[in-house]
Amino acid sequence: MSAIVFAGARRVYDLPSRRVVALESFDLSIAEKEFVVIVGPSGCGKTTCLRLAAGFDFPSSGEVNVGGQKVTGPGPDRAVVFQHFALFPWKTVHDNIALGLRNAGVPAAERERRIESALKLMNLESAARAFPHQLSGGMQQRVAIARATVLDPAVLLMDEPFGALDAQTRVVMQEELVRLARVNPRTVLFITHSVEEAIYLADRVVVMTRAPGRIKEIIAVKALREQEGWDTLPKIEDVMDQPSFVQLRTHVWRSLRDEQVPSE
Amino acid sequence: MPERASPSIGLAAALGLAGLAVFFAVWAGAGVLGLVSATFLPGPLTVLGELLHLLTHPYAGATLPQHLAASLQRYGGGVVLAVIVGLPLGLAMGWFRPLDAVVSPIFDGLRFVPPIAWVPFAALWFGTGAGGPVLIIFTGAFPPVLIGTYRGARMIEPALIEAARMLGTSNRRMLTEILLPGAVPSIVAGLRVAAGLGWQSLIGAELIVVSSGIGYMMVQGEAAVATSTVMAGIIAVGLVGTAIDLLLRAAERAVRRRYGLVGGGR
Ligand SMILES: Nc1ncnc2c1ncn2[C@@H]1O[C@H](COP(=O)(O)OP(=O)(O)OP(=O)(O)O)[C@@H](O)[C@H]1O
Ligand SMILES: [Mg+2]
Repeated sequence: MSAIVFAGARRVYDLPSRRVVALESFDLSIAEKEFVVIVGPSGCGKTTCLRLAAGFDFPSSGEVNVGGQKVTGPGPDRAVVFQHFALFPWKTVHDNIALGLRNAGVPAAERERRIESALKLMNLESAARAFPHQLSGGMQQRVAIARATVLDPAVLLMDEPFGALDAQTRVVMQEELVRLARVNPRTVLFITHSVEEAIYLADRVVVMTRAPGRIKEIIAVKALREQEGWDTLPKIEDVMDQPSFVQLRTHVWRSLRDEQVPSE
Repeated sequence: MPERASPSIGLAAALGLAGLAVFFAVWAGAGVLGLVSATFLPGPLTVLGELLHLLTHPYAGATLPQHLAASLQRYGGGVVLAVIVGLPLGLAMGWFRPLDAVVSPIFDGLRFVPPIAWVPFAALWFGTGAGGPVLIIFTGAFPPVLIGTYRGARMIEPALIEAARMLGTSNRRMLTEILLPGAVPSIVAGLRVAAGLGWQSLIGAELIVVSSGIGYMMVQGEAAVATSTVMAGIIAVGLVGTAIDLLLRAAERAVRRRYGLVGGGR
């Protein structure tokens, strides 16, 4: 059974002055424990698509199902990592991560154990008592990821989670995410502007057309990655040096490039 | 936000002192030059002398500190009541749209009624009891508390609300752990306004409905044409009001720092 299904999803915004089609006949099935990355030009509807899966927004027509159920609202089974972190400024790192567990009624002892292991996994042990504004952007983003993953959600939705990070931090985060994803695979819908990031992380890369956004092509990466043994390479630059990676990158790059220029 | 050109702290203090000096000079000069009679406008030294005298000598049944204590007690009661009602109501209105729709029109109509207009009812309902002044202070302090809380709750970053919803946060917890702390800077700002309006309303209330307190002292002074006593009362009211505002300003700065918001309250 597919974990996330978009069936002809369409989202139209009726503004006073004009009508914006944010997403158009979007059909995509994401399998259980599959890591799907969406790339596309700015404003093509990537965030819209993620918000539909999260339950923050609903399709004007078509359907979005998660775990075989129609999405009717947000919930902890679909944890979201926001582009700008969205950490609660008045809560410590520990309390930010604790909220979801407390909401789920997890007993205190188990809660602390899980928070501790999430902090450890994200290399945040020393920051547990700090407030978000006392942390660097990279650390804040790790808190946001810890807050989402500590719930052990069936689905993880990530909207340009590394977009606000500097290049070095970003690379570290990408490697950490890959490590997490391979150790404990879960269903992930991930949005990015970076072609390298997409290919490095994804089982499949979805390329969208420019607005109104549709799916242009879907590129399978997983088989190639396993065949070429990318996961055995510890560093992202080693993977990015692989001819197989370079070839794929050029392919996705061209596909995206065609969408930047109006072609009528 | 563009930074307004602001003098250094030392210069600002010096300008403030200079302003006060000019104010007192004009005040004293008006009497000395015979522009107004001393009964109409007692000079600053007379008033200062009266102020010091009132600290230890009872007037209208109590010393100045005793009058102030009585006033502050009522004031505290009214402001606390305004917070007890305004804060939960403001939060709830910020979260539950139907409640907002029901309450807003009533509130918008009532909040333009000046607190002093409630005096007849305060007298009718509570006589000379403690309830009257408390009610009037409440009508002054309540709107800014409610508005500050409501605005604060409504202006919380939508992504934070979405994050909380995504984490499965219940309505009750949403109010106490997301809206309330998120609205705190706006609540404190509203509280500052409330404290000022409440203090002003209190004096108005005491002019009419009670037999103790700083306002009462001033009314008695007025009846006896003891203008320097009235003026001393005005100064005491101003000083206490300033002290309250300074306290809340410090609280506001502390809150903003705690929240990692840049700069402090003015
Ligand atoms: N709430 C809204 N009201 C009106 N229009 C909206 C709204 N949200 C999104 N849109 C429009 O829908 C389109 C798609 O927006 P979306 O945010 O999904 O794009 P995106 O692919 O995430 O872009 P980016 O890469 O810049 O983040 C845009 O044209 C945008 O202006
Ligand atoms: Mg977006």
